[in-house]
Amino acid sequence: MTSGGIGRYGSRPKGFRHVVGALGVLALGLFGGTVQANPEPGQLNLTPGVTTYSHVPYVLNNVALGVCVVIGILVFGAMFIAMFRFRKSRGAVAEKWSHNTTVEIIWTVIPIIILITLAWLATDGLRQFSDTTGAQMTVKVTGYQWKWRYDYVDYEGKAISNVGFMSKLDDQSNATRQLNSGLDPYAVKVDGYNTYLLNVDHPLVVPINTKIRFVITADDVIHSWFVPALGWKMDAIPGVVNATWTNITEPGIYRGQCAELCGQDHGFMPIVVKAVSKEDFAKWLADQQKPVAPAVPAPASTAAAPAQAAATTAQVAPAHGTQG
Amino acid sequence: MAQAAAHDHHDEHHDEHHEHLNFFQRWVMSTNHKDIGTLYLVFSLLMFFIGGSFAMVIRAELFKPGMQLVQPYFFNEMTTMHALVMIFGAVMPAFVGLGNWMIPMMVGAPDMALPRMNNLSFWILPFAFTLLLSTLFLPGGGPAGGWTMYPPLSLQSASLAYVVFAVHLMGISSIMGAINIIATILNMRAPGMDLLKMPVFVWSWLITAFLLIAVMPVLAGAVTMLLTDKYFSTHFFDAAGGGDPVLFQHVFWFFGHPEVYIMILPAFGIISEIIPTFSRKPIFGYKAMVFAIASIAFLSFIVWAHHMFAVGLPLGAEIFFMYATMLIAVPTGVKVFNWVATMWGGSMTFETPMLFAVAFVILFTIGGFSGLMLALVPADFQYHDTYFVVAHFHYVLVTGAIFAIIAATYYWIPKWTGNMYSEFWGKMHFWNSVIWVNVLFFPQHFLGLAGMPRRIPDYNVAFANFNMISSIGGFLFGASQLIFLGVVIHCVWFSKKKATDRVWEGARGLEWTLSSPPPHHSFTVAPVIHDEELAHGHVED
Repeated sequence: MTSGGIGRYGSRPKGFRHVVGALGVLALGLFGGTVQANPEPGQLNLTPGVTTYSHVPYVLNNVALGVCVVIGILVFGAMFIAMFRFRKSRGAVAEKWSHNTTVEIIWTVIPIIILITLAWLATDGLRQFSDTTGAQMTVKVTGYQWKWRYDYVDYEGKAISNVGFMSKLDDQSNATRQLNSGLDPYAVKVDGYNTYLLNVDHPLVVPINTKIRFVITADDVIHSWFVPALGWKMDAIPGVVNATWTNITEPGIYRGQCAELCGQDHGFMPIVVKAVSKEDFAKWLADQQKPVAPAVPAPASTAAAPAQAAATTAQVAPAHGTQG
Repeated sequence: MAQAAAHDHHDEHHDEHHEHLNFFQRWVMSTNHKDIGTLYLVFSLLMFFIGGSFAMVIRAELFKPGMQLVQPYFFNEMTTMHALVMIFGAVMPAFVGLGNWMIPMMVGAPDMALPRMNNLSFWILPFAFTLLLSTLFLPGGGPAGGWTMYPPLSLQSASLAYVVFAVHLMGISSIMGAINIIATILNMRAPGMDLLKMPVFVWSWLITAFLLIAVMPVLAGAVTMLLTDKYFSTHFFDAAGGGDPVLFQHVFWFFGHPEVYIMILPAFGIISEIIPTFSRKPIFGYKAMVFAIASIAFLSFIVWAHHMFAVGLPLGAEIFFMYATMLIAVPTGVKVFNWVATMWGGSMTFETPMLFAVAFVILFTIGGFSGLMLALVPADFQYHDTYFVVAHFHYVLVTGAIFAIIAATYYWIPKWTGNMYSEFWGKMHFWNSVIWVNVLFFPQHFLGLAGMPRRIPDYNVAFANFNMISSIGGFLFGASQLIFLGVVIHCVWFSKKKATDRVWEGARGLEWTLSSPPPHHSFTVAPVIHDEELAHGHVED
């Protein structure tokens, strides 16, 4: 696989990718949730994600949804029974009562207990999320209209000074998304996976099993850095630096998009995170840190691993397709 | 004063006085709560269709992947204008119109307390929306930074000044309307109409009016700061000048969250009138219902930052706003349980208003469930700014607020016009609406969970299926509202079936003691109130 594939690295049965038919799609969405990390056709639930934290929103979502479904069945069930039993056409005669203190206390107290349970779960998750200490790596993310910039700040205690690049929508998606381009969004594929509007020229390359601290800001308007597989989004605000973290456990390519309206091309500034093994990352980083040959006039391409759009980009660093 | 008194006296004896007025005098110079109520309702119906046409553009562009119809910037204008028109043009004026028509008749007052201000507060609105909608035809285009107008993006818009002044006008209109409603309810009730005998709809409007007065000036302040940031070199929201873009969001949502309840509390009131009528049983837990509305209104002031969980709030703030938000589920739950308990043991029939009310209870509750899920901060880091949020607020606003407005229209239009609407076409409208609105919005939950951000004009093919389903639902839901237009037109001008004074067998309250249609000036002499005539005449609970 090259760096452009949408799927995770070989860990998923191939059959999943070719499920056809409505039932199959539904089943994938419902029960395939344990394997997918990028959006799938017919997906019905959150991704469980690929980090040490990303199960938190997934589990919380499932628990909260379950609670809501049970309450919904009880309340709507009672309502439908009432609508069936107490119809005038069935000869029902209206009762005169209009309050009952006991049941009113019960249906005030029970929701409070349920809420306390949910709040306890959520607070515990939030505590994990907010702990950005102990990071082994720092990446600065900057939002621009309409692209992202990634600057590698430090890795394993060593400062990195000259690794940083812009990351914008890949050329094929960009040509296809023009009004009446005549190009087919379904034809934008890498390795058989549709990457329309979800691919970039230079992905963010990070090591797995490493606690990575992101410092997120913006240069012009507010953006939001959102990769579902990491389990969170964080606003990128000009003049404000937000800190958050991730620790990806599985190599792969994880895709997301800007989540805060930022102008006309808000829908066209995707995010691609390429998680590789620590060894591969060390190699990649070393390549990036090699001095750029002065003859090459390519300021923004101190270059990450090229995506399939590499052909159009002046490349300095060697390709890393083998990692995929 | 003497002259005014004489004039009033004159009116009492010439109830058909208004028929001597020409069209301009009757409608443009009106000080009559019923005529002004009608103006509000007609205006909001017009805005509903204009805002709806913007939604059709949005759903058409999102019908399939790839850009087919509009440029991305115009798409953003559509999402922004759809929200502004629907919130400030359709939902809020509709509730004010219903309040204008019904509050004086429900509390036994001859008119609103401040009739001339009533006229002004309506007639500001057409100017406000002309100003707002005109931006679509101006160089630079309309606002495209979202209805929330977050800076710095909104400061890039060429039409910011138009939007700010339009919002100022809408705010002035709302504040005057709210003052009028409070003054009417507190001062103009007929003897014997104690506060705790008032219909829940009147209670809900009393509380809503206080919310309006509290928060509309906050919105006016926020947008004025945008104006001075853009044109007068202030830096309220510019970090480079010592300001903070996040400050705007705090100020905006301090308005914005109570605003959300401004759009739903009167709906609670409406549903609390309709369900007892068609269950032929008094509302369950009247005092609890009133107290729940008041609690929700209070809580609405301390939850604003749940719209901003992803801006990087400190941990303590995230926890506080999460807990406060979750707390709202308790009074809201009480309301839903009480509606069900009202139906339990009743003698129910299912005319169109009741159908919409039942759909409201179910679908609004679904919107409440997703609201509870959104309150959980770690989960919200996934949901925030995705289609899950879009699905959530359309469930509470379309199947919540708008279904309640439609239910109220079917419920009271026989009283307003003296004619019965077509029950067959009312039910056609209901079933089409309730089916297609779910086809429209339910799949958007899945899109959001799969990670599709909101406010994007185009998307990856993984999102294609549900977007196409949603668009089909959208077109058919939009078309279904033409049935509503037809039913209303038929009822007003063509219906042969006359309404009785009581209209509905189970209807209780002063408004049903008047003729259908009511005289142009009703309750010119305060009615003698018999508690058994009232929906909540004997309140011990």
